[in-house]
Amino acid sequence: MKYLDEFRDGRLAQGLAARIHQEADPARAYALMEFCGGHTHAIYRYGIEDLLPANLRLIHGPGCPVCVLPSGRLQAAIELVERERVILCGYGDLLRVPGAQGDTLLKAKARGADVRMVYSVDDALAVARASPEQSVVFFAIGFETTTPPTAVALLQARREKLDNFSIYCNHVLTPPALRALLAAQDTNSPPFQRGVAQSAGVIDGFIGPAHVSTIIGSQPYEFVATEYHRPLVIAGFEPLDVLQSILMLIRQINAGETRVENEYTRAVQPEGNRKAQWLMAEVFTQRSSFAWRGLGELPDSALAIRPEFAAWDAERRFTIPKIPVTDHKACVCAEVLRGVKRPEECKVFATACTPDHPLGSCMVSAEGACAAHYHYGRFRQASSPCPSM
Amino acid sequence: MPLDVKHGVVEMSHGGGGRAMTQLIEELFLTAFDNEWLRAQDDGAHLTVPPGRLAMATDSHVVSPLFFPGGDIGCLSVHGTINDVAMTGARPLYLTATFILEEGFPLAELQQIVESMARAAHQAGVPIVTGDTKVVERGKGDGVFITTTGIGVIPDGVDISASRAQPGDILLLNGALGDHGMAVLAQREHLSFDAPIASDTAALHTLTAAMTAAVPGLHCLRDLTRGGLGSAVNEIAHQSRVGMRLREAAIPVHEPVRALCEFLGLDPLYVANEGKLLAICPAEFAETLLTVMQAHPLGREAAIIGEVVADPHYFVEMETVFGGRRLVDWLSGEQLPRIC
Repeated sequence: MKYLDEFRDGRLAQGLAARIHQEADPARAYALMEFCGGHTHAIYRYGIEDLLPANLRLIHGPGCPVCVLPSGRLQAAIELVERERVILCGYGDLLRVPGAQGDTLLKAKARGADVRMVYSVDDALAVARASPEQSVVFFAIGFETTTPPTAVALLQARREKLDNFSIYCNHVLTPPALRALLAAQDTNSPPFQRGVAQSAGVIDGFIGPAHVSTIIGSQPYEFVATEYHRPLVIAGFEPLDVLQSILMLIRQINAGETRVENEYTRAVQPEGNRKAQWLMAEVFTQRSSFAWRGLGELPDSALAIRPEFAAWDAERRFTIPKIPVTDHKACVCAEVLRGVKRPEECKVFATACTPDHPLGSCMVSAEGACAAHYHYGRFRQASSPCPSM
Repeated sequence: MPLDVKHGVVEMSHGGGGRAMTQLIEELFLTAFDNEWLRAQDDGAHLTVPPGRLAMATDSHVVSPLFFPGGDIGCLSVHGTINDVAMTGARPLYLTATFILEEGFPLAELQQIVESMARAAHQAGVPIVTGDTKVVERGKGDGVFITTTGIGVIPDGVDISASRAQPGDILLLNGALGDHGMAVLAQREHLSFDAPIASDTAALHTLTAAMTAAVPGLHCLRDLTRGGLGSAVNEIAHQSRVGMRLREAAIPVHEPVRALCEFLGLDPLYVANEGKLLAICPAEFAETLLTVMQAHPLGREAAIIGEVVADPHYFVEMETVFGGRRLVDWLSGEQLPRIC
């Protein structure tokens, strides 16, 4: 396939892998975190770890939208759709994420709630146009990638005076989460924020977001290099992108450099997509604080809908209570999201927690570290002499 | 007055057992399916069956939309059951058809579906010999549901079962994955796509007949419907208590299907097919089987895609196009698009 096969070429991969083996210093270990679930998925789906030297470890980060969504926000949506009898539209993965006591939007649908899977927020607008007597709520979720389309939908709803449409905004921001991860690592600096454990393993460098960076550009990551002295390489989601960015990180680490580099030059500009940024600023404002699953309360890390758009803000139109939901006791999603634990180190991984019956959110999305390991990588554990690898 | 197929709709009386029902059966079903068994209009069909072991299979069809590029629920319901019978190694002989119709369903569409079934059955040489029609109130069905049942006879010396895969056996596929599932999905979700994808719906019994004739020692056959290849390999691995190793680069997927899957975050390994089968045979017959498959119109793109191995976990592993390895797991729930 044009523009895809070029980035999945096995022979090029072998060449890059050979160079990584050559240049990786056998006297040291490398721990690299890929922030995005998209990278996690590519790493597992293409078996990239098989091509890497043993002293290079990939740590799967929190950049999976449904994984970091606190269960309480999801539970609130389940209660909203059942109490107010609204039509709730959401993206596919979201419908299987457990809220309280393992309840999900799919289960609510089976009980009679009108929950619809959509491919884009445009589909939700179409549902609202087609059902003028019913209230239609779009469950907006995602990092900066999915945020501009939500902004466009809000503007469109206002233009059309689509009064039965509203948005339950759960959009979150990438840089504050990266900062929290780094602050938690850096034992010399004061804890950035309560809720983030101090026990994170040392991360030597970051594979930076692909699609998110097309929107925000490369500048917002500069603090990673300047304040926390770690290299970050923005990489596309194709497997060759991942390998190339790993090589670039190894070179920086070996040279003692800490820079923000851009491997994904075919899509990412330093300044990002100004039009998309303008759209986001037009309709969203930063929340002073937002609770992330696994990372805790992070300041300025999420978006709310501006007061001018209150009529289309589900949180203002309906009573949406803050529901505290504690994660299942045995679930270590929080540690997995911070890279402190690996999926297979969780006691319930592949036993009580499976993709069919997920206890934690990392087991839901194919981008979640647990689900990716379960679906694509479980055989490594079975064939390894040491079960914890 | 003849049935007003052009403007008429299904009414409750069409399932009531009275004159209206008889008229619907005679003017619509009998006209299309016409054969000696139906003409007899008995409660059941009197059949002559050659000696041998009988194979029997049944399949319900609830596809939405009812019409899609490359087919419709009518031909699908014929192909589906013929294929289920054929996957036992049997030659399919007869079919039955049951219709559950929703009140208000346009007779013109019903006629189109019935004629498509008749065409499919005729082309396959497998007559529909008996059937049933029920009507449910408006809102209690989805237009039309069709259940077909088929019987066939298994030739002597053929013993095919999903529990017979053995380490060392070879896996063969008769063509590209995902055409049916993506054709239906594109239609259902109104995804306008430049290169239209057509369903691969087809009756595979002549292909399986050629395969079993050339290689009677074939171990397993499975048609790759819901859940696709990914589910079929896992089912067989569990039933046979073996593992499997697939080679991603060897698995054919048509370009538009790959593109649409890529776009929606779906994996073609798990997308439904209606004219694809997986065959597993001892290694010494693999080349012969491949040649026979490729010589058949429904196997032109046939390929050897992997082998059976001993594995206490019954894992299906795949060597990726990239040179790494990954698990090919059971599908959990429905395949849902990813968010970003």
